[in-house]
Amino acid sequence: MYTAKFKGKTLPFILLSPTLVILAVFLYYPVIQTFRLSAYRTAFLGMKKHFIGLGNYVELLHSTEYWHTVWVTIVITALVVILGMGISLFIAILANKPIKGAPIYHLLLIWPYALSPAVAGVVFLFMFSPGFGPVSYITAQLTGKDVNWLGDPNLALILIVIASIWKNLGYNIVFYLAGLQNINTEVLEAAEIDGAGAWRKFWSVTFALLSPMTFFLLITNITYSFFDIFGMVDIVTKGGPQDATNVMIYHLYRNGFEYYKTGMAAAESVILFALVVGLTLIQFRTSGKHVHYGG
Amino acid sequence: MRRKTREELLTHAALIVITFLVMAPVLFALSKSTQTRAQVFHYPPIFGPGTAIVQNYVTAWKAANLGIYMKNTLIVAAIVMFFKTAFSMFAGLGIVYFDFPLKEPIFYFILFTLMMPTEIMIVALFQLVSNLGWSNSYLALTVPFLASATGVFLFRQHFSSIPSQLVDAARVDGAGPIRFLFNILLPMSWNTIGALALIQFIYMWNQYLWPLVIIREERLQLIQVGLRSMTAVQDVTNWGVVMAGAILAMIPPMIVFMLLREQFTKGFALGQEK
Repeated sequence: MYTAKFKGKTLPFILLSPTLVILAVFLYYPVIQTFRLSAYRTAFLGMKKHFIGLGNYVELLHSTEYWHTVWVTIVITALVVILGMGISLFIAILANKPIKGAPIYHLLLIWPYALSPAVAGVVFLFMFSPGFGPVSYITAQLTGKDVNWLGDPNLALILIVIASIWKNLGYNIVFYLAGLQNINTEVLEAAEIDGAGAWRKFWSVTFALLSPMTFFLLITNITYSFFDIFGMVDIVTKGGPQDATNVMIYHLYRNGFEYYKTGMAAAESVILFALVVGLTLIQFRTSGKHVHYGG
Repeated sequence: MRRKTREELLTHAALIVITFLVMAPVLFALSKSTQTRAQVFHYPPIFGPGTAIVQNYVTAWKAANLGIYMKNTLIVAAIVMFFKTAFSMFAGLGIVYFDFPLKEPIFYFILFTLMMPTEIMIVALFQLVSNLGWSNSYLALTVPFLASATGVFLFRQHFSSIPSQLVDAARVDGAGPIRFLFNILLPMSWNTIGALALIQFIYMWNQYLWPLVIIREERLQLIQVGLRSMTAVQDVTNWGVVMAGAILAMIPPMIVFMLLREQFTKGFALGQEK
């Protein structure tokens, strides 16, 4: 769309300069520095460093411990994305039905949007604590034996996944509800007249029309599982037990700030950065092409 | 008609169960935040109000320093919200209403930062901010966050949807770009500002990793890290107080969310149509 313009060549640069300066100094410069640091090995608590080229990357690729963190990240991300988005879509569709009191349900369902991973972590840590946590109590009553949610590797992973899904429900429901409210009900009525059943109507109309929203949420949920999960892991499991919940971002943090292996942490950052760039490029490429817009 | 009422009843039943499940962790935290240590550790667990409500909340606020952490976080979030909104609006004005050399490269320069979350450069950012001498200061917690691609794009999208006749009219009236911004654009932008303010407030309120590594002085720490330190010594943790802390930490973002929910949906609905 054509927009009338003001004249002036310096004023636009003055208007843009605060944004550009901050982005250059606090985003671009550190990113470049991260690449540079990843070529060094740091020793003596970060006091000394020497150039080793791709040495850190080679070490990471040969480390079973690192591959394990990649695997854990993939498992958690897959579960959080698929289950979290599925549950959210189901809830959003129910809440979008034209019933009395719908706004109250909406409010009660989307408030977790304001939750932080740390708050969710603290509450879930307590609920699942062995001995006095209510969930531990219930699982003990049901199974007849003590279920140690925090001590068992698989259960701890499930706990992190449940807490992460819960924390992100509000966010997903907000966007799915917005998407559902934008769907033209005439399309659904037309499908009904054509004899489409409820299931068919959902897949061919509702789900298809929601695909841009699903795609947007797919990317934000993946980034959430990569990064925002840090607070949850740090509070609930500290990456344990036996590294079962040691995700990539937590491993990176430990190398950088607990073991002072700055170079190694930088190399891990570059790998994560490459993953984010890849995902973002897919997002740019796909949006508008394979994803259905309009309605 | 009958079938319809039954269906509606079923939907209500399902929604009530789901809402309860979604609320359950917070209801639980709320109940435990009022209980004494003995009530918290009682077996089987007690669900319901306890007798230590005042004591727990006062302890969390004062002894665990949550009052100070919340004040710090409010200051930091307010600074970032104000400047980021202003800077994003200026940048949006520059991009939409001016032609200038290198416009496209500058646009991509801003766009690419969408791929650079703080976590990815945490080690280098830590070194940079430490070398600037900013560790343990509000500067470290605010300045790196004062600009964002999201903000610039929200305003760009919003400004582009405003009819261009308005600019022509402003020019005929002899208004310059700055007066145009404050007299015409600003009053039309409250939904976008509200949406951005909500996103920013929650983003800053939930900051965790960055304050954890850059702030070493307790009196300057932010709320999420403060909450973390309450659970650090698990054997002696008074869970009633920790739950009171969790509830306190939830309140400000919840209030902001309730206040700006409408603007948020509208601000985004506009963006979705493009």
